[in-house]
Amino acid sequence: MLLPLLGAILISTLPKNKSNYAKWVALLTSISVALLGLLIALRFEIDRPGFQFVENYSWIPSFGINYAVGVDGLSLVLILMSVLLTPVVVLAGWNESEGGRWSAKVFYILILVLETMMIGVFAATDVFLFYVFFEAMLIPVYFLIGGYGSGERAAAAVKFLLFSLFGGLLMLASIIGLYVISSKNGGATFDITELSQMHNYMSSTTQNLLFLGFFIAFAIKAPLWPLHTWLPDAAASGTPGTSVLLLGVLDKVGTFGMIRFCLSLFPDASKTFTPVIIVLAVISILYGAFLAIGARDIKRLIAYTSISHFGFITMGIFAMTTQGHSGAILYMFNHGFSTAALFIVAGWMIARRKSSTIADFGGLQRVTPVMAWSFFIAGMSSLALPGLSSFVSEFLVLVGTFTRYPVAAVLATFGIVLAALYILIPVQKALHGPTTPGNENLPDLNLREKFAVGPVLAIIIALGFYPAPLLNVINPVAAQVIESQGFADPVPSESAGK
Amino acid sequence: MTFVTPVLNYAQLAPILIVLAGAVIGVLIEAFAPRAARHSSQLFISTFSLVAAFAALMTVRNQSSVDAAMGSVAFDGAAVLIQASILIISFLAIFLIADQENFTAMAAAVPGSEEERQSLQKDLRVTEVYPLTLFAVAGMLIFPIATDLITLFVALEILSLPLYLMAGLSRRRRLMSQESALKYFLLGAFSSAFFLFGIAYLYGYSGTITLSGIQESIVGGAGNDIFLLMGIAFLSVGLLFKVGAVPFHAWTPDVYQGAPTAITGFMAAATKIAAFGAILRIFYVGFANAEWQWKPALVVIAIITMVFGSVVAITQRDVKRMLAYSSIAHAGFLLAGVIALSKSGLDSSIFYLFAYGIATLGAFAVVTLIRDSAGEVTDLNRWSGLGKRSPLVASVFSLYLLTFAGIPLTSGFIGKFSIFSAAYESGSTAILITGVLASAIAAFFYIRVIVLMFFKDPVEDGTSVVIPSALTTITIAVSATLTILLGVFPAPLLNFIETTAFFIR
Repeated sequence: MLLPLLGAILISTLPKNKSNYAKWVALLTSISVALLGLLIALRFEIDRPGFQFVENYSWIPSFGINYAVGVDGLSLVLILMSVLLTPVVVLAGWNESEGGRWSAKVFYILILVLETMMIGVFAATDVFLFYVFFEAMLIPVYFLIGGYGSGERAAAAVKFLLFSLFGGLLMLASIIGLYVISSKNGGATFDITELSQMHNYMSSTTQNLLFLGFFIAFAIKAPLWPLHTWLPDAAASGTPGTSVLLLGVLDKVGTFGMIRFCLSLFPDASKTFTPVIIVLAVISILYGAFLAIGARDIKRLIAYTSISHFGFITMGIFAMTTQGHSGAILYMFNHGFSTAALFIVAGWMIARRKSSTIADFGGLQRVTPVMAWSFFIAGMSSLALPGLSSFVSEFLVLVGTFTRYPVAAVLATFGIVLAALYILIPVQKALHGPTTPGNENLPDLNLREKFAVGPVLAIIIALGFYPAPLLNVINPVAAQVIESQGFADPVPSESAGK
Repeated sequence: MTFVTPVLNYAQLAPILIVLAGAVIGVLIEAFAPRAARHSSQLFISTFSLVAAFAALMTVRNQSSVDAAMGSVAFDGAAVLIQASILIISFLAIFLIADQENFTAMAAAVPGSEEERQSLQKDLRVTEVYPLTLFAVAGMLIFPIATDLITLFVALEILSLPLYLMAGLSRRRRLMSQESALKYFLLGAFSSAFFLFGIAYLYGYSGTITLSGIQESIVGGAGNDIFLLMGIAFLSVGLLFKVGAVPFHAWTPDVYQGAPTAITGFMAAATKIAAFGAILRIFYVGFANAEWQWKPALVVIAIITMVFGSVVAITQRDVKRMLAYSSIAHAGFLLAGVIALSKSGLDSSIFYLFAYGIATLGAFAVVTLIRDSAGEVTDLNRWSGLGKRSPLVASVFSLYLLTFAGIPLTSGFIGKFSIFSAAYESGSTAILITGVLASAIAAFFYIRVIVLMFFKDPVEDGTSVVIPSALTTITIAVSATLTILLGVFPAPLLNFIETTAFFIR
């Protein structure tokens, strides 16, 4: 986990004019982190409940704060996603840092620092430590958007930061509340396992308030309608690489937090708010889809589709069924990769055409076949075509929701229909048809770019056909969370997704 | 009437006496030493006496007694911590003051007069600022340990009078500086009067001027509660004035802006520590049992202070005024620690004071570096693009802003977290919620400055960052290091405070 940080320090010692070294160091560091992540995944014992690879050091003993990290199935999946995406981002955005306010060196330092914090935030088993990573993560992203993006990047960066800080502070208030309750009931602690017993000591009002503090923070992160307004700006202004990390990984912190904290810390409050949240999730699905259909800017389009997808994830989480849960977790993973592929390819298209308006593209299939096919596959994955990874997860979410909230599931299904529209329209406009003037001489992907997007597409296709390895990791976690909520699956069903 | 020979415990009073001696020597140097030798010798005397005072304090750090000076001062764990903080911060502040660019050469000369022109021409250097600082430090050392109201008042005056003068010493924009000094003096005099008035009422209530005596009367329920109430109210006015809590804050922005920046930094950091040290002692020791008489009022004041400071700071265009309003907001956060009225409230207040003092001093130190041909540039619009021209200075300043905003991994976050937990623990949910919301508002204007420095293009008007002198560099480096260190590894200091901080009655 500390490896990316070491890489960042190494880069900062490099001389300024050798920006190529910085790129290589960043690439090698992130690849070795990814390999380490895979190693951990291989050594992970699926059948053992609780956290594994636990490290625990006392950090601030007077508040009972520990530097405690560990992984369970949920965090393993997300960490794996983060560490796999980072090298892709580094490789894909080889020249992205040019045209930024600062040198390439700073760009890669920020990326690697961000990677450290992403791993930390998913691995933290101490609520305080989680919060520290959660908030500190904002700073590198803020500078990445504000320093290297395009358009109204400064304004977008500030909007992002303020939304997140506001949510973070609400969460801080809730964390303080939890801490005080724990110190009155058997010793101050921030340990997630111990804190999950605390709901027995709370009145329902307290629990509801504390739940809201956490939930609003995560809903801003995840972006759930109506707290999503920062996302399109931030995603459209960031470099493609930044947007991949922002949408692919950072926003997952929101949905991750809902499972890890909202559900397990405040089971009763979660039940109370479930109907409201399901409604918000359905609105997000449809609203995001409609906006995406209307979007002219390709980066905004992807951002809106994400809002729709996050609606699915949230719905799956709060449907309180094992399938819904497994689907939501798998969806987080898949969404990371399909969005990454979309953003990366879109970034290349924009860089080549010097425009991000969809209407400016056309006939790319003929000029740049490899790029066009990559975009096509990523887009199909995003609309959950069977055989590609998102299909399994979206299906699971819908099935899981249907058993409990049929109306919501039916409405959400319209989201899929809309998804077909919002993906197929740009695909048709940009890839097919006559080659529009100005596009005739666009170069196709070079070797580096092929190497960057290839693995992502491979994962998308592989998981579409054979999701079992991941589901084996995810299912026990999902079952455990549901069980701890005191829910049973309403309809006896076969083990999901096999 | 018999006269008792005072018995003094010199070891415990040594820090104060050393600082006072340094101040007196400073005055003598001012009178007799040749002009050329003054500056270096003053600097030496000042730093030496502060270091010696700190050493003296450390030798007696484990003692505690109430009769160091015939029951007028209490020497206990909290006293050691607060005095140590004051000494460390003053030591760093002296380094800033040593940069003479900011001070007028001849304070007595009328602005714009021939006399002033000549003094500038001859490049005379002002050195009386050193003994003045030392006198103020001595007052600050006494203020938080005083246990009777008269000593408290004397300490208040010792610390205030030099500050009034120092506020008027600015080299540039002298009229503004002098105006701020006069304003500070007049309002300060008013608040002193209120303070004395409060003492009189409390004496009328309890028949004693010692804090423990007052506490006994409160417990015993003797006397007229109206007197107690008015006494607490008037006394609080005087104290809250010093920390700049709303509605007694009116002087803060003007004085922060007008005073030479080095003095502003010293004043903002050290005075706040001393004044909150005294407030903590008075309310924890003297009025703890009359909780219901003052707590509701103080809660209201804390809330409006937090909100007002944060909201008004948004509209500021001048960096020193912005920091002034932010210091008002921080006074509100600190009041939360007073209201908590618990051991954890005391611990967290002391930690917060130290962390905030260090960061404030550092922030003002950075402000002294941004100059053009006419002196310091405090107009925020002209700070834009600073990140491009001098990334290091801009980054350090951003660090201070982030710690004020309470971003994790900085000392400000740990401070805020601990102080809000303490407040919530003692049942002040309103404080917690307002505090968090005010922090969110405050984050907005801190972030705006960072945006300005990093994401805007520089304006071409001759604003430049001067190469800091070695001493200023030390101050900035030390305070930046401490800010990060206390954010990442706060455990040692927190533990130390937890085991040491207590009040003896």
